[in-house]
Amino acid sequence: MRNHTPWWKWLIIAAVILPGALYALPNLFGDSPGIQLRGARGGELGTEQLAEIQRVLDESKIKYDALTLDEQGIRVRFPSTDAQLQARDSLELRLGSGYTIALTLIPAAPQWLAQAGAVPMYLGLDLRGGVHFLLEVDMASAQSRAEDRYVSDLRTTLREAKIRYREISRDANGLIGITLRESAERDAALKVIGKEIPGLEVRPSGEGSTVDIRLALAQAELDALFKFALEQNITALRNRVDELGVAEPVVQQQGDRRIVVQLPGVQDTARAKRILGRTATLEMMMVDEEHSLEAALGGKVPTGSKIYRFRDDRPILLEKRVIYSGENIVDAAASIDTQSGGPIVSITLDAIGARINQNITGKNIGKRMAVLYIENRSVIQTDAQGQALRDAKGQVTRTKQRIEEVITAPVIRDQLGKRFQIEGLDSVIEARDLALMLRAGSLAAPVEIIEERTVGPSLGQANISEGFRSVVIGFVLVLVFMAFYYRFFGLVANLALALNLVLIVAVLSLLQATLTLPGVAGIVLTVGMAVDANVLIFERIREEIRNGSTPQASIFTGYERAFSTIIDANVTTLIAAIVLFNFGTGPIKGFAVTLSIGIITSMFTAILVTRALINFFYGGKRVKSLAI
Amino acid sequence: MEIFKKVTQVDFLGKRQLALIFSFVLILTSIVSLGVRGLNFGIDFTGGTLVELSYSDPVNPTEVRGVLNQAGIDDAIVQYFGTSRDIMIRLPVDADKASADQSSEVVRILREARSESLTESPEGGMQRCVIAGAVSDCHVQMRRVEFVGPQVGDELTEKGGLAMLYALIGILIYVAFRFEWRFAVGSVLALVHDVLITLGCFSLLALEFSLPVLAAVLAVIGYSLNDTIVVFDRIRDNFRKMRKGLPSEIMNRSINETLPRTVLTSLTTLLVVLTLLLVGGEIIKGFAIALLIGVVIGTYSSIFVASPSVLVLGISREDMLPVVKEGAEGDSTP
Repeated sequence: MRNHTPWWKWLIIAAVILPGALYALPNLFGDSPGIQLRGARGGELGTEQLAEIQRVLDESKIKYDALTLDEQGIRVRFPSTDAQLQARDSLELRLGSGYTIALTLIPAAPQWLAQAGAVPMYLGLDLRGGVHFLLEVDMASAQSRAEDRYVSDLRTTLREAKIRYREISRDANGLIGITLRESAERDAALKVIGKEIPGLEVRPSGEGSTVDIRLALAQAELDALFKFALEQNITALRNRVDELGVAEPVVQQQGDRRIVVQLPGVQDTARAKRILGRTATLEMMMVDEEHSLEAALGGKVPTGSKIYRFRDDRPILLEKRVIYSGENIVDAAASIDTQSGGPIVSITLDAIGARINQNITGKNIGKRMAVLYIENRSVIQTDAQGQALRDAKGQVTRTKQRIEEVITAPVIRDQLGKRFQIEGLDSVIEARDLALMLRAGSLAAPVEIIEERTVGPSLGQANISEGFRSVVIGFVLVLVFMAFYYRFFGLVANLALALNLVLIVAVLSLLQATLTLPGVAGIVLTVGMAVDANVLIFERIREEIRNGSTPQASIFTGYERAFSTIIDANVTTLIAAIVLFNFGTGPIKGFAVTLSIGIITSMFTAILVTRALINFFYGGKRVKSLAI
Repeated sequence: MEIFKKVTQVDFLGKRQLALIFSFVLILTSIVSLGVRGLNFGIDFTGGTLVELSYSDPVNPTEVRGVLNQAGIDDAIVQYFGTSRDIMIRLPVDADKASADQSSEVVRILREARSESLTESPEGGMQRCVIAGAVSDCHVQMRRVEFVGPQVGDELTEKGGLAMLYALIGILIYVAFRFEWRFAVGSVLALVHDVLITLGCFSLLALEFSLPVLAAVLAVIGYSLNDTIVVFDRIRDNFRKMRKGLPSEIMNRSINETLPRTVLTSLTTLLVVLTLLLVGGEIIKGFAIALLIGVVIGTYSSIFVASPSVLVLGISREDMLPVVKEGAEGDSTP
């Protein structure tokens, strides 16, 4: 029998639509205020912590709607913002420092949906508000640091092998040059280097030179170095982001030297930038009290010492030797000094640092020790017009700025050990940020923010409502048009279109692909373009009727013959969408995603679903005319 | 309702000289404009900083500019954005300081001018400020900040151009594979035509060419092609079906037969594109304009550029016969 839909096709349709509806469902419930708790410094949270939080909430008599534990941490949902804030205060008070606590919005869908894996769409930052940073790791700096390390290794190695050299130095192009004293020792030197320092490669040296050796980092070594720098930076950035107390932060590698950081809901972007971008560390040095500062300022700087400056520009003469540095710090906390009332940072050292500290301070009671703050920044060079300068390869050129400030230089009163305090900070916020930086670890190489996209919550809200309105109005306009133009067939197409929207939402929710504002525009565009398949089919049916075919035959031929046209037309659009996806950054990717999903789901609804419905109403009986 | 009661009999291909002149003029204007005026690239491509602020009361751009000038920022472009309370500030790439800090600086300076400074603010709520010792909603609300470093902008320009090229090549291959090389060339010619004219309009009207606009242009490629393919599909069908008639007659008939669909789909698409333009908000405006131009030009080109190109390239019925059928016919000959 013609125009009968076999049972297995109904089965396919049901198998798509029912889960589709289920996965689209959570989007109807919206969000409630909530709190997300995670283990501080990468600590895991388990059922034990869950019970503890439950106890705290119950004891504080705070009502909550849901309390869940998953790989993201523990989440608590509250009926009101008041309860949320109240809960945060009591949790902060009672839980101690093992947690990072962040205010957030939590989907209000019932538990059983979440358990079935059905969660709402993942909204992009342009819809929910928040900060998106793209950071670039300054690999040149990572490389030059490694080269410095190799130069000092070379010195030691050659000295130990008793090979005399005149000079070992590195240039800006990544070449390390060794000038030996005796050309006879060149082979021996090369042999030792090849054996002891395999990361270096020998490069051809200058014409006719027999005492020169040129070396450079081997490519494999460089790759490993960059990979390490990137990974280490990601870890350090994660720690810092955790300290910021943001729910659902994203820290991800992009390409081979970039890192994406997304902080939903963050409003104070200046602080976020300060904390992410800083490559601050501390170095402890002794104040040079044997030489006169005035003489040094006059130009006679004693060897082994250097003039540094306090923040207010006061000079001070320090011994160059670093006693210990930020690497030896295991913990740092900001507080207020009970005696002076000024902000302080209390620092805890590791075993090595503690031993050195004990040793040095014990020997130097009555002398002064300085705390030097060091920050590396890379700055793009510009010409007079403010255009970025580029090198021969078209790369932006950068200079490095090293900021060195003496925070404080107190007199050592007692022998210090594992713990001590830094005073002389300007404000509580500064103390807090410095403690955060020291705690969260330093970066392997400086990072620079090369892209920022921040959307405030009010604009995010406006984007959602304008986007939603566009979808609804566009949808209704198309519905009216189709019903008017194709009558009953139009209504069937409209049903398919509505179904298509549900499926797009379901697929987006299932894939947890990021829905952005251009993504919403993609949905609106899909609504207009999705009916194309039905228009093609219906016009074919009308043509067949005009050519004198019976209604049943017209329906059959219409669907059969429009099929290959629809496939061809959609595949080519899909090609454009896929190119867009591969090219796309952030928001544009969202557009490509919704467009692609829309094309695929619309083929399903416009061909399979409408045909089943049309067959259901017209198939298998004598029909005189079609309402088309 | 049915607009097209029967198959129309318009001689589309007969008007190809006229269409050629029309398209030629449009393309020439576009190329000249693109060459002379260029595109008004947004910061996605040039790099720079954009800050959108919303004040609690109407504000004067000159005043904002003055405040920034005083703080040593003298290259800012300050404009209204939408309403008289919304301000958009653009800054070129400035390398004296870490550029990413510039936007935060601007917001801080403008808040300071209103004697307020940001304090802890809830997620999803208004930004809260300390004003005269008390905490309340900031007078200056940050709506949006975009900063694009020069290295990112350059990459995007390069990648954007490449993306268009890849899309065109991918389409060329698919159409050549599914149809025939003349059709592939015809469709790509139509696409180049559409892209050039859409870009030309943006150049002539000095509209900002941003990343979403680029996405829209790529979507236009998809849409226009969709249209072209439907016509080509019918041409292929009719070449196989109709034993008589010149190629131009068969093609004319095909265009006429698919005309109702071409018009209808353009209409529904235009309906949603206009919706986007009118209610989609400021950010999506450029995107909607590009789509609007593209859909109109794309519909025109699938009829007046793609098909005539195929005809001019010398298509004949033999080119369209499927290879399999030739073998079948060979068997039946005595």
